[in-house]
Amino acid sequence: MSYDKFSILISPAVPLPIENVDTDQIIPARFLKAVERKGFGDNLFRDWRYDRNDQPKSDFVLNNPLYTGKILVGGKNFGSGSSREHAAWAIYDYGFRVVVSSFFADIFKNNALNNGLLPVVVTPDFLQKIFDTIEKDPTAVFKVDLQEQTFTIVATGESATFEINPYKKHCLLNGLDDIDYLVSLKEKIARFENQRL
Amino acid sequence: MYIDKHLIHEVTSPVAFLGLEKRGLKVFRPENTIATPDHNVPTIDQHLTIQEELSRHQVEMLTRNCEKHGIQLCGLNHPWHGIVHVIGPELGITQPGMTIVCGDSHTSTHGAFGAVAFGIGTSEVEMVLASQCILQPKPKRMRITVDGQLKEGVTAKDIALYIISRISTSGGTGHFVEFAGSAIRSLTMEGRMTVCNMSIECGARGGLIAPDETTFAYVKGREYAPKGADWDKALAYWKTLHSDEEAVFDTEYHFDAADIEPMITYGTNPGMGTGVTSSIPTSDGLSGSDKLTFEKSLAYMGYSPGDKLLGKPVDYVFVGSCTNGRIEDLRAFAQFVKGKQKAPSVTAWIVPGSKQVEKAAREEGLVEILEAAGFKLRQPGCSACLAMNDDKIPEGKYAISTSNRNFEGRQGPGARTLLASPLTAAAAAVTGVIADPRELAGF
Repeated sequence: MSYDKFSILISPAVPLPIENVDTDQIIPARFLKAVERKGFGDNLFRDWRYDRNDQPKSDFVLNNPLYTGKILVGGKNFGSGSSREHAAWAIYDYGFRVVVSSFFADIFKNNALNNGLLPVVVTPDFLQKIFDTIEKDPTAVFKVDLQEQTFTIVATGESATFEINPYKKHCLLNGLDDIDYLVSLKEKIARFENQRL
Repeated sequence: MYIDKHLIHEVTSPVAFLGLEKRGLKVFRPENTIATPDHNVPTIDQHLTIQEELSRHQVEMLTRNCEKHGIQLCGLNHPWHGIVHVIGPELGITQPGMTIVCGDSHTSTHGAFGAVAFGIGTSEVEMVLASQCILQPKPKRMRITVDGQLKEGVTAKDIALYIISRISTSGGTGHFVEFAGSAIRSLTMEGRMTVCNMSIECGARGGLIAPDETTFAYVKGREYAPKGADWDKALAYWKTLHSDEEAVFDTEYHFDAADIEPMITYGTNPGMGTGVTSSIPTSDGLSGSDKLTFEKSLAYMGYSPGDKLLGKPVDYVFVGSCTNGRIEDLRAFAQFVKGKQKAPSVTAWIVPGSKQVEKAAREEGLVEILEAAGFKLRQPGCSACLAMNDDKIPEGKYAISTSNRNFEGRQGPGARTLLASPLTAAAAAVTGVIADPRELAGF
């Protein structure tokens, strides 16, 4: 799937200080029936965002105009649960390009990386600092530099480095996905198949 | 990583096929992929057209994609139809030592055979279709050893819920888990599948159990199992698939089987579980976002910290899913309710994991037992596990479920899920409340 190249992002952030945000909250199963990849952002956090009559719930952060930006900040164990890639699609489609947490579930992290959504892991202390910064000033901006692998609280200059697989970093910086690479290996793959028979 | 077997279903595959077509690619090894629609199929009247338009369209897309690309499909009404993780093992597609993936996190189920099996996203489904390979970082190794003898009334599901309650829903993240120890070895293949199925609920990508005589006896003679000289050759290889004595793991846990009680969850993640006779914990000692998360969860469930679980009302009972929808689960449930009656206040959905499970339940007389007790056997599918079909738990209602996730809204918007074993579900089904199955069965 094609996605935008990622290099540097400077943006305010949306706080979601809840732990174990699971994929059923990110996008409930009843919205997985599309056969194309579009429009999932409308149903991002559907049941937290809208009431039973499809009216926005005023106490949910995405419905609060104070909070904007392309960075979503979640509590630990973000993305646990199902393998549905629709979770990453929904977050990306809504307009986020970065998700920050102190801990991500494995499949979600892979899915995010395969779709141009950068998962940034910071320490629990730094995560708290980010939440505190947004609480004090919802317009506070953060800088994400993929090349340098740093996440910076711009107002204070406090910065944290984050890990990323070098191959996935290359893919994100260049907007590439794995499929072209794998398809280029077909001959090698066929040789492997013959050898193991 | 080369993938030996790729399983697909209607929900996570259409976008992958679309991607493939956009690139002008064919399926590289169609014979290594097998398909079945399970997530949003109805569990009654399967001979009729699927009523819900979007579900029907997804199932039709799967059929069309399989025809177009030469992939074997076990469609609705096919004698092999069923939940993808139930049919793989029962057809003998799942074998020790294989690499198996599916766009579904419960692919870990197949690890029960000593296979490396894990869930993938749709981009990865496309990778497998395009190249039979995916790129994966190497996971860390964890071993969870459960030694000793399980108490009567304690099942594989209770082992799984107990482990998750101890190591949390993120305890296994970054790892593949080997389940070992005498309590694990004593389990049937069905029980082992239940344990491995729930690996993902502790965050582990996959879980596996070294294959042994129990494994070989299960695989032998099944449709896709090797035959004749191939069997002998395969068996010799499978016998080598165990951890070395001196193997080193990144993380190890040891549990005593005797400490495990029939388990039930009280919150909104599978780690929020406890013995059925226990009380819900209090928030003492929690602070910050931990406390907030705990309180939010109990508020959703309509429970208070310190509440006793026994006697709390149950409105729905769901027996089924890739966790507990196999014949052994239906046997356990049927045996328990035999001679008893469903509580009038309870709506029960008993859903076989596959056509073959449904057939076996009929042949073994389980259907008569269920019907005499006021229950009805439905048709195979994922059903109320994730409520993509019509089997939805209404808002605010309590459902005791043998499935794998109790997330908010998992079984329908506002539904409140209590995860438990088929035995504990049976105890609730006949009493209408959370009950200790051991007491009712006279263990």
